[in-house]
Amino acid sequence: MERPEAIVIGCSKGGFNALKLLLDALDPQLPQAVLVCCHTASGAGVLAGLLAAHSALPVIEATERQPARPGVVHVAPGGYHLLLEHDRHFALSVDEQVCFSRPSIDVLFDSAADTYHAALIGVVLTGANRDGAHGLAQIRAHGGLAVVQEPASAEAAAMPQAALDIAGADYCMPLEQIAPLLNRLCLT
Amino acid sequence: MPAPLPDAELEQIELDLFLQALKRRHGHDFSEYAPASLTRRVRQLVHTHHCGSISALTARLLHEPDFVPLVIQGLSVPVSEMFRDPPVFRALRQHVLPVLASYPQITIWQAGCAHGQEVYSLAILLEEAGLYERSHIFATDFNADALQRAQEGIYPARDAQLWSRNYLLAGGGQSLASYYSARYDFIKLNQRLRRHITFANHNLVTDKVFCEAHLVLCRNVLIYFSNPLQNRTLALFRDSLVRGGHLCLGMRESLDFAPTAGDFTAVDAALRLYRRNSQPALEEHDGTA
Ligand SMILES: C[S@@+](CC[C@H](N)C(=O)[O-])C[C@H]1O[C@@H](n2cnc3c(N)ncnc32)[C@H](O)[C@@H]1O
Repeated sequence: MERPEAIVIGCSKGGFNALKLLLDALDPQLPQAVLVCCHTASGAGVLAGLLAAHSALPVIEATERQPARPGVVHVAPGGYHLLLEHDRHFALSVDEQVCFSRPSIDVLFDSAADTYHAALIGVVLTGANRDGAHGLAQIRAHGGLAVVQEPASAEAAAMPQAALDIAGADYCMPLEQIAPLLNRLCLT
Repeated sequence: MPAPLPDAELEQIELDLFLQALKRRHGHDFSEYAPASLTRRVRQLVHTHHCGSISALTARLLHEPDFVPLVIQGLSVPVSEMFRDPPVFRALRQHVLPVLASYPQITIWQAGCAHGQEVYSLAILLEEAGLYERSHIFATDFNADALQRAQEGIYPARDAQLWSRNYLLAGGGQSLASYYSARYDFIKLNQRLRRHITFANHNLVTDKVFCEAHLVLCRNVLIYFSNPLQNRTLALFRDSLVRGGHLCLGMRESLDFAPTAGDFTAVDAALRLYRRNSQPALEEHDGTA
């Protein structure tokens, strides 16, 4: 596969705790842009602020028209879908909810796949609905890699299970093993 | 199995042709909309109308006049709420209404009114402040179907709970229920709220200044525009505002990087509430200053 340029992560119920663990264990030298869509995000920068204390990389809220920066975690703001333009700048929309969610993981994954093609890793973590499954399938169809948290070890199994059912995965593993895997895939 | 991939380059050609057909045949210019979101909407149109490809969609657009409104409906995003972002409406109550109160006649332009949720929210604010009798609100959109629904003011009852909460958080003095009647699965807003609203079709891309407003409210429309179109639209808003008039944008929009930024001063930057300066901005390069 191509050397990844970005990692997109989707999660829902139980996502905050999972993100804390994962982001903390990332290598601070990681040269990829990390884009996070968590359904439980609320207003103005709250999630980004909370996660910043638990992350090896700087965490900011994704802002309209700003570039996705290497080595930075960008969090989708609550109430808006997060998309990427081909020039790797962010765009927001208030289109209808997808899977009862805005931001939606499918929306982010689809547009990230359109932008990064094969140079993308998609990660689906804990969650109680099936958002992200179709987006992950798009990432794989573009030649990107799919990583799914092992459903049995997830706080809520439905979302990673749906991802496995609909998209399949290149790696399916417990949460603790995901950050080391990403470090290995991204630094070599 | 994932669906077979449309070739990205091929899709781009089809998309360009579709937008050109829409513009040349029907005068609707989407060429300066932000591409990611627009592409997503066009793909959805292909899916909804079982067209199979964007080219097939273009063919219908060219040959079936009745199809055009459906395309506009699909590309427009009439998603809204009453009192969406309650702190914004609270700020309008606290900072803007007292200024509006100083005018004998109040003119407001709400651009991109979707199904009317926001314009009725404004009407309620004005009513509760005792200003509605001397106010006039122009509510505009380019989606004729949305305008029609906005006039009717009928919404699914399941939305009422969130909107009532928003209304109270925005500092509402009563209960939102006093402004609507509920029937089965629907609520219908009090028709009296409509008495000072004019609904009109206005396209921000092609149409011009049509009023002198004391407040322009345009939220969650500019996020769909690319930078040059945003900048032109912001200039249109400036030219539609009296000096000292207010401009309110969506919570994730901003005029910080626009050429018009110098014409405005932030009243509450976090809530994207601005005021047009009473003096023209000093020209930086005119050498005479
Ligand atoms: C997401 S809604 C915003 C509704 C409301 N202002 C809010 O924030 O809740 C965007 C609206 O902008 C309208 N719109 C998009 N492009 C437009 C244009 N060029 N001219 C006028 N209205 C437009 C759409 O039809 C849609 O109703």
